[in-house]
Amino acid sequence: MSAMVPVVEAGGRAPELSSGARRRRGNGAATRTTSSPLATVVAILIATVWTVPTIGLLITSFRPQRDISTSGWWTVFANPDFTLDNYAQALSGSGSSSMLDFFVNSLVITIPSTLFPLAIAALAAYGFAWLQFPGRQWLFVAVFALQIVPLQVTLVPLMQMYGAIGIDGTYWTVWISHTIFGLPLAVFMMFNSIRELPPALIEAATIDGANPVQVFLRIVLPLATPAIASYGIFQFLWTWNDLLVSMVFLGGSARVAPLTVYISQLSGSRGSAWYLLSAGAFISMVIPVVVFLVMQRYFVRGLTAGAVK
Amino acid sequence: MAEKFGQMLLAIVVLVAVVGVLLFLASLARGKRGDVVRSLFFVGPTIVLVAVGLVWPTILTIVQSLRGASGSGALSFTNFATIFTRDDLRQSIGNTAIWVLLVPLLAIAIGLLYAIIVDRTPIEAFAKTLIFLPMAISMVGASVIWKFVYEYKPTLAPQIGLLNQVLKSLGFETQQFLVNGPWNNLFLIIVMIWIQAGFAMTVLSAAIKAIPDEIIEAAKIDGASGWSLFRFITLPSIRSTLVMVLTTIAIAALKVFDIVRTMTGGNFGTSVVANDFYSASFTQNQPGLGSALAVLLFVLVSPIIIYNVKQLREAY
Amino acid sequence: MSRNLVRTIAVAGATALTLSMVACSSDGGDAGDASSSIDCSAFSSYGDLSGTEVSVYTAIVSPEADPYIESFKAFESCTGATIVYEGDKAFSEQISVRVQGGNAPDIAFVPQPGMLQTLVATGEAVAAPAETESNVDEYFSEDWKAYGTVDGTFYAAPLGASVKSLVWYSPQAFADNGYEVPTTWDELMTLTEQIAADHNDGLTKPWCAGFGDGASTGWVGTDWIEDVLLRTAGGETYDQWTSHEIPFNDPAVVDAFDTTGAILKNDDYVNGGLGDHKTISSTAFVDAGLPILDGTCYLHRQASFYANSWPEGTTVGPDGDVWAFYLPATDPDQAKPVVGGGDFALAFSDRPEVQAFQTYLASADWANERAKATTAGGAVSANKGLDTDLLTNEVDKLSVEMLTDDKTVFRFDGSDLMPSAVGAGTFWTAMVDWTTEDKSSEEVTTQVESTWPA
Repeated sequence: MSAMVPVVEAGGRAPELSSGARRRRGNGAATRTTSSPLATVVAILIATVWTVPTIGLLITSFRPQRDISTSGWWTVFANPDFTLDNYAQALSGSGSSSMLDFFVNSLVITIPSTLFPLAIAALAAYGFAWLQFPGRQWLFVAVFALQIVPLQVTLVPLMQMYGAIGIDGTYWTVWISHTIFGLPLAVFMMFNSIRELPPALIEAATIDGANPVQVFLRIVLPLATPAIASYGIFQFLWTWNDLLVSMVFLGGSARVAPLTVYISQLSGSRGSAWYLLSAGAFISMVIPVVVFLVMQRYFVRGLTAGAVK
Repeated sequence: MAEKFGQMLLAIVVLVAVVGVLLFLASLARGKRGDVVRSLFFVGPTIVLVAVGLVWPTILTIVQSLRGASGSGALSFTNFATIFTRDDLRQSIGNTAIWVLLVPLLAIAIGLLYAIIVDRTPIEAFAKTLIFLPMAISMVGASVIWKFVYEYKPTLAPQIGLLNQVLKSLGFETQQFLVNGPWNNLFLIIVMIWIQAGFAMTVLSAAIKAIPDEIIEAAKIDGASGWSLFRFITLPSIRSTLVMVLTTIAIAALKVFDIVRTMTGGNFGTSVVANDFYSASFTQNQPGLGSALAVLLFVLVSPIIIYNVKQLREAY
Repeated sequence: MSRNLVRTIAVAGATALTLSMVACSSDGGDAGDASSSIDCSAFSSYGDLSGTEVSVYTAIVSPEADPYIESFKAFESCTGATIVYEGDKAFSEQISVRVQGGNAPDIAFVPQPGMLQTLVATGEAVAAPAETESNVDEYFSEDWKAYGTVDGTFYAAPLGASVKSLVWYSPQAFADNGYEVPTTWDELMTLTEQIAADHNDGLTKPWCAGFGDGASTGWVGTDWIEDVLLRTAGGETYDQWTSHEIPFNDPAVVDAFDTTGAILKNDDYVNGGLGDHKTISSTAFVDAGLPILDGTCYLHRQASFYANSWPEGTTVGPDGDVWAFYLPATDPDQAKPVVGGGDFALAFSDRPEVQAFQTYLASADWANERAKATTAGGAVSANKGLDTDLLTNEVDKLSVEMLTDDKTVFRFDGSDLMPSAVGAGTFWTAMVDWTTEDKSSEEVTTQVESTWPA
């Protein structure tokens, strides 16, 4: 780790963080943040390295097919030649199915697949963190260790089970599968935050006569919101970008398949249709980025600040 | 379309109802042993789901790994013997170790540094979005992106890969980044760091924001700043989150195979255990050997688990 | 060899038999317009299947899948059955998951005889009904029937086929340089030398090749070896090699590797526009022929389906931007070896509508329906009832021409016949090691031999 950490003065709070933050301010109104020039350079360097490859793809997605494989994307600055054809073709797709169907399918698959593990893992994380029961440590370790199971080994047993209970071919198969795959990490992440809550808060509430369920609903959930929100973002991304699970349990027809299936089929059975894939990648990125920006407001500073006296 | 959304709403209603019932039942528990009963409703659903969906398949996998390459023969350890005698598989194990070491360390270092630098700056949301973007890109998109970074063309030809264009501009010969070992492993690892840094940054940033202002301000009054503030205040406050992120990314690095599969197909000495597992199970019709490689992953994860148990013991 | 070789671009796989040119189509060549009146008399034998569904799972996705979906329409409207078509690029990895998970499709289009054997071994597949078998007996050669047969039981009728023994080139570039299309292997090597001597700029080479295909990297190399082995050692040795009657590292095979290596491992001859021979395995197979368009490469050995990999706006034909010639035999007066592939319709259900559809797929009617529905090429099959006049595409016509030659010796893609551990595993990686790491022919063939499943 670099030793160059900026001196950040208290105060300067970014505007997008203001909503809902109940902060006690040390020195009043927004003072400008100062940070060392070196830190700024480092940040710009990281941001550049992280962004340039994607910018390359963005430019590529607006270039004619022939140019893409014959000259680098950076040559557009010298001789610009842009087209919207790639997007037109990616949006109109191939065959009879329209992109809108797949888009709707993606939403229908992703939203429950995000909410299910969020709710179930929040319950479990609280249980592991604050309830006393025999074997809780080992059970907790076992649950998060299950992150290592490659989901490919679970496909056949799960499919047989869904067939046995008669839900094969429905959205439930994907919702349940995503929930199962997401739980170990969800419990792990939320436990970490819920465990960190000040015990004094919980005790105070209990003295006031709240039972553990009320504590969970009124204190733990609100305070763990940032953790739940951040896990929610990731679970949303993983299910949004998942190809394998939905392909296995639902198949690739426009009736049920998500956007990822559509994108992966843009290039046909073979052929590296970079021009279509690059446009498709950006089309499918829109929603996750919007979700990230919207969820940002839950990353509020110092929600617990001031609660502990 | 309306029918699909109807199904979705139904699912959400079912979820709310189930959670409501669980909480209601939990609230009925009384007395000294109340927690044990309550834990049934809080922890029970998770345990049931992972037992059915993850533990049971794991047991099946272990059994299959002990029954020859076909996964249906007599009980034997031949698959494990195969793993440790085949050169290519031994190399995969070595590569996997490199992945598990480098990816978490570098992704966390970059993510944390960045989170601290942009924290509380006016452009924080924008700045964080830049690093987060790779997480939002599907694997298909990511492989196209990096193709246009690493693509090789002879020095004489016009370049379409960014790195080789840089080399050529500086007067060097162009390189086959994904072919020339052992460095090609590093170039693949960079792709995963690029994806995972956004995860590390987002989670660590939330942890940093959870540090109460009072503590920071008190430390500043005591004269702490810069490095010492980080070392004595920030780091201890986010320690458990760091362990969590480290664990998560390390396990993801153990399991990673799609980057390797799409970019080199595991050739040129870049294969990893998870990729060999996938090939054996799904393309080479050797499910037993594939299962044995999956079991190897379970074994390789144990140091990470043991480390976590130690941390938990200290925290609990 | 891989799912990439599941090809719609099919080519008649005549063995020693010629395609009979008798049109068996029920109606004259009207252009497959679904709205036009369909003569349903040919479908009466299937009975009324109203309200039934048949699910079809394949590796063929749009746009290549569109002619297939179109070609089922006559069957659907005449019998009342609905064909639910699903294309999946990960077919070869996912089919076994679905079959074992109890979620098998009614019919799968299986691209490799080796995979067919594996799927039949699960016990979930259903043998073909007698009607299907009699269609296959009528319209296909014994060899093609044998590919769909496991342990004496006939399971799967052939659908389409593709041919691999082609060399792509630019007729214009040949004309400009005064090059002639070679007709013997010796002429091919002389031409190679000639091109290398004429173009000495460090970038232009006679040949370009690419084995790259993600996790399937190497299959193009196996096609090279198969094509050369069939030429240097003949059909009998080839059959012994694919069935493992002779070891994988038999001297004849090593010799075929060395003959291939004379081109692929010679930096004066490869890799046109792409670098030296070490770039072969890292170049995506779909991009490998493109240097022909900018004149840095003159010859590219690749299957008929490569016609679809040229950028939009490239004309394919004898007078077009690119065209292909037959990869020459050592002595074309004796025999013309052709290596090809194909796919097969395997059923996992014996419901009447599934059996009816299986039977229909093995008929001349369907082969012709597909030919009518296909505009971009890929409508030839080994079905002797195919009316070749219906073919619209130059590559299809070339393929038929090649295959109707009575000197043709047809063999199925060898790696598709081998066990997957070799044919979709060590044989692929051997081709990579052989080019990228410069391992010797003896070393890589011995390595493959050691991994052959007991």
